[in-house]
Amino acid sequence: MTRMARLRDLASARAGDKGDTASIAVIADSREAYAAIKSQLTPERLRAEFPDRFRGPVRRFELPALMALNFVAERALDGGVNASLNLDAHGKALSYLLLGMEIEVPD
Amino acid sequence: MAEMDAARQVRIGCGAGFSGDRTDPAEDLAQRGALDYLFFECLAERTLAAAHVGMAEGRPGHDPHLSRRLTPVLAPCREVGTRILTNMGSADPAAAGEAAAGIARGLGLQGLKIAVVTGDDVAAALTPDMPLMDAEGTLGDVGLPMIGANAYLGAAPLVEGLEAGADLVITGRIADPALALAPLMHEFGWAEADWPRLGAGTLVGHLLECASQITGGYFADPGRKDVAGMAWLGYPLAEVGADGAAVITKLPDTGGLVSRRTVLEQMLYEVHDPARYLTPDVTADFSGVEIAQAGEDRVAVRGASGTARPDALKVTVGFEGGWLGEGEISYAGPGAAARARLAGEVIRTRMVELHGCQDPIRVDLLGLGALLSPGFAPDPDREAQAPEVRLRVALRSRNRELAETLAREVEALWCAGPAGGGGARGRVTRSVVTRSVLIDRAQVRPQVKVITA
Repeated sequence: MTRMARLRDLASARAGDKGDTASIAVIADSREAYAAIKSQLTPERLRAEFPDRFRGPVRRFELPALMALNFVAERALDGGVNASLNLDAHGKALSYLLLGMEIEVPD
Repeated sequence: MAEMDAARQVRIGCGAGFSGDRTDPAEDLAQRGALDYLFFECLAERTLAAAHVGMAEGRPGHDPHLSRRLTPVLAPCREVGTRILTNMGSADPAAAGEAAAGIARGLGLQGLKIAVVTGDDVAAALTPDMPLMDAEGTLGDVGLPMIGANAYLGAAPLVEGLEAGADLVITGRIADPALALAPLMHEFGWAEADWPRLGAGTLVGHLLECASQITGGYFADPGRKDVAGMAWLGYPLAEVGADGAAVITKLPDTGGLVSRRTVLEQMLYEVHDPARYLTPDVTADFSGVEIAQAGEDRVAVRGASGTARPDALKVTVGFEGGWLGEGEISYAGPGAAARARLAGEVIRTRMVELHGCQDPIRVDLLGLGALLSPGFAPDPDREAQAPEVRLRVALRSRNRELAETLAREVEALWCAGPAGGGGARGRVTRSVVTRSVLIDRAQVRPQVKVITA
């Protein structure tokens, strides 16, 4: 049996920016959570779920020993801090875009 | 050059993670930290571009908060022998050096030695055919007036300043982690091609350089990641050994926390490939790092390494980007979102049809997921129930008049907009565009000048 769980209850995240590229680190609370997040929180899913945001390439780097994933999304910041019209021009809040997602976990 | 004692440790603290950071935590570190080094990282990409603009308009080109930051720490640091490094030189390190000397004399600290690092300004060496790192095309294609261009220097000129006996080292653009790596190279005699140790020292700098972001700042999330004493966050310090392994901690009786998770979140902050973090000094490798809790508010990090440094240096080029105009007004009670939405449509219509605006206009309903848009889709039912919504309208234009017009149009909604609009605010700020290019490191020649207060 599985259930849907909100990512915020399984992991924490931190967003950063370099130019128009957003980087979002996701850190799992446990081995089980890391396994579920790793299999479901893929670059493909980010692009499918938020096509208007993740318009460019999204790469994912894995740090299994630290139970962490690092997402790097190009062209995700509306031109970046010096060009974006978003109030959050740095994309600081993007960590919580991911933490609001749901994934399937063992019940 | 110090003796190679395996047990010897260097204590490095970070007193600021950006130009607008708090000042009192550094005072505490200076007074109680028993630090060997205290550094202040105050120069984001945009901060330097803004300093170039300020200088062109006749204001000082160094960090505007230089005096506020240095005045309370210079005397206590000199008393315990803590040496200070900072990039508060911004667009004009020489002027920052003179200003710091003046502050020191005013405090009775005659004889304080200040090393000023210049040579990061490479505007004269740029050519229009240089390919952009972060966009299509070349420098010449940007088509905007250039404000300034600065290369990221590495640790070498800072080491030179320390070896010349400087109590204070002031730079302009420099790789942030170099502010901590340089003292470690100086103290432990690490060679310029000792990639594993330079990688380890770079990790220490990277962990500390955003100051409170490793002690509970940019971290607290009530009910999920609770942080006690957020109003009184202690700023971080590292106890570093000759092999580059370190313990990250903060002073006793300060707020915040240092945990495995605060350290790990910060290790990955603004890093792309953790195995290849490019700096002027080393290609750092954080992929094998081990992070372990070593006591209350003490976290041990080891295992960072590195490979050869890149041949080219990154240059940030600032251009005049016109003006950002913003206006906001709030609506509350039944139908708040619908009234805010109507107000946004009114502004858009008037900006385009009356004022001839052709620049993109963004309309946000703050409180309904605007920060996460595009991407986040708010629930329409919840939108209808929202007790309060703040409208924000923004545009960037080469035409200052249009940016000002937008702010005025939003203000005019007090009377001419939907019912019950309150709290209108408008502002116009100068916009700067930055692009990055690579430059051969042979074309960048850092210089170090030591002056005495």
